[in-house]
Amino acid sequence: MVSGASSPAAGRQLFDCRDAYMNELEAMAAADPRVCAVANDSLSSAKLKNFKARFPDRFVNVGIAEQNMVGVGAGLASGGMVPYVCGAACFLTARAMEQVKVDLAYTRANVKLCAMSPGMAYGQLGPTHHSIEDLAWMRVIPNLTVLVPADPVETAAVMRYSLEHEGPMFLRIARVPVRCVHGDDYKFRLGKAVQLREGSDVTLIANGLMVGCALDAAQALEAHGVSARVLNMSTVKPLDREAILNAARTTRGIVTAEEALAAGGLGGAVAEVVAQEHPTPLRILGVPDVFAPTGTAQFLLEHFGLTAAGIERTALDLLKYEG
Amino acid sequence: MDELALEESASAEARWKSLKHKANWIRLSSMTMNHHAGLGHTGGDLSSADILAVLFLGELLKIDPAQPGWPQRDRFILSKGHGAAAYYSALAARGFFPTAQLKTYMDPLSMLNGHPDRNKVSGVEANTGPLGHGLPVAVGAALAARMRKESWRVFVLTGDGELQEGSNWEAAMTAQHYRLDNLTVIVDRNRIQQGDFTENTIRMEPLAERFRAFGFAVEEIDGHSIPELLDRFTHLPIEVGKPSCVIARTIKGKGVSFAENQPAWHHGVPSKEQLAAAAVELGMDAAW
Ligand SMILES: Cc1ncc(C[n+]2csc(CCOP(=O)(O)OP(=O)(O)O)c2C)c(N)n1
Ligand SMILES: [Mg+2]
Repeated sequence: MVSGASSPAAGRQLFDCRDAYMNELEAMAAADPRVCAVANDSLSSAKLKNFKARFPDRFVNVGIAEQNMVGVGAGLASGGMVPYVCGAACFLTARAMEQVKVDLAYTRANVKLCAMSPGMAYGQLGPTHHSIEDLAWMRVIPNLTVLVPADPVETAAVMRYSLEHEGPMFLRIARVPVRCVHGDDYKFRLGKAVQLREGSDVTLIANGLMVGCALDAAQALEAHGVSARVLNMSTVKPLDREAILNAARTTRGIVTAEEALAAGGLGGAVAEVVAQEHPTPLRILGVPDVFAPTGTAQFLLEHFGLTAAGIERTALDLLKYEG
Repeated sequence: MDELALEESASAEARWKSLKHKANWIRLSSMTMNHHAGLGHTGGDLSSADILAVLFLGELLKIDPAQPGWPQRDRFILSKGHGAAAYYSALAARGFFPTAQLKTYMDPLSMLNGHPDRNKVSGVEANTGPLGHGLPVAVGAALAARMRKESWRVFVLTGDGELQEGSNWEAAMTAQHYRLDNLTVIVDRNRIQQGDFTENTIRMEPLAERFRAFGFAVEEIDGHSIPELLDRFTHLPIEVGKPSCVIARTIKGKGVSFAENQPAWHHGVPSKEQLAAAAVELGMDAAW
């Protein structure tokens, strides 16, 4: 459960953010008759079995047909419903890209894409099932809000926020277990970075799974006499330029970390801001320009240095070379 | 019956028996792979095993493990890429790589991803996994044979739930427009997809009529009958001038009683005990 998850007792306990997403989605559907869900066969992985049982009249399974599912979502929105279109991130983005661009983003359709099991959650299934391009793809589409919550508390908050917010949204719902980095009192604010730790030497900007790693890295950097600020940039779009520029002005460099390709995602977004407005030493941690090999998510994250140790090493390297 | 006819029917029966045994070996091998990996798609591996055994081990495909890139080869594409364990087992049994490699299925850095990977694995024709990719690629390969005036044939095995992807029907229209009678679509009609039976999800019937309406010559056969599969695949195309569609009526989880016809076994993974029980039902001690 989400509440309690963030209590100190929960400590380093790990959570599948899909549970928080599922609980909020059902709670919202119970309270608001406009809320409906669209699935593409995979009810268990999208955690929609209970939703289907509770709200059979507000549940559509289009079968294995992602282009169709996004278009159907747009149509439901035009009829006054608020559809949550829930499918594996890899297919929802790659297969239905033009529907996302035209039917949702250009149209400003009030559709919420819930991209399940993103990043390397399906590591062993191979590169076809990894969703590491999704942040770059989604981020460049105008009108689309792109959110990458870090833990179950933020996942629940983002779900609640999505119903208040009018317009298309892309929500990346993690499957790889994460620990809680936010307290129960956490309030999500669109387009605002969450500063989780103050620091004056270097700023670590992360989202999703990598936020917990960034916090651990900041802790480890203390032993090197390095004071690291940690920002959770769960809103990739619209981006918190102020927080980034403030980091560029007040610390000696920035390290970004995301469970996605290093090109075009969070790191790319930060680079666009600092390069044009306040050039600052920057390192972007992500998957390099390759298709990832096969292996569990944990194996692949380590393989690519997407760990606390990887962030720590990169920060030290940046401070050494950039003086 | 005269002597010769008797001898022939005896040898035909021996061949069927041997192929059935090989199909069951594919079944047990896939289940062993899924057990080791702790992941996999057992139901669809088992439903496709007889089809794969006949095509790969019944010497129906013109392929050569010694030269996997032989330009004149027949192309086989596993569009239902999640059935990779069965496909890899068939490829290994056909000699494309040692069966000893099968135990590395989904291990870190293994060449055997959870879905077929032609960049890494000898004999794999297309990178599949996302459903609805195989048929368009197969249509292109069939068109290439025509452009190059070659006689290779193209086979594509799809799931039945997979046919809900619209790309299949776009490709089907291309196939009929170009009268690609060197193309055969085989549908693993096990009536179950990931979450439920197909007919409870998105109705697929009348499937044969749909393919006919899309310009295919269609035949429905028992997808677990070795003689029916052999007979059909040795007499292609079904109709000259039309692409062929073979709807193979199958049972998801076929051959292992507790997995048969159970949606939960779509991606069910056998425990040690279940693997042992499956081995008994399939009539062998172990696959490898
Ligand atoms: C584009 C796409 N969407 C969703 C999936 C997830 N998925 C994997 S297998 C499967 C069900 C396939 O059912 P079917 O085609 O009937 O195959 P079979 O019964 O032979 O296993 C689904 C939905 C996928 N692999 N690709
Ligand atoms: Mg099926």
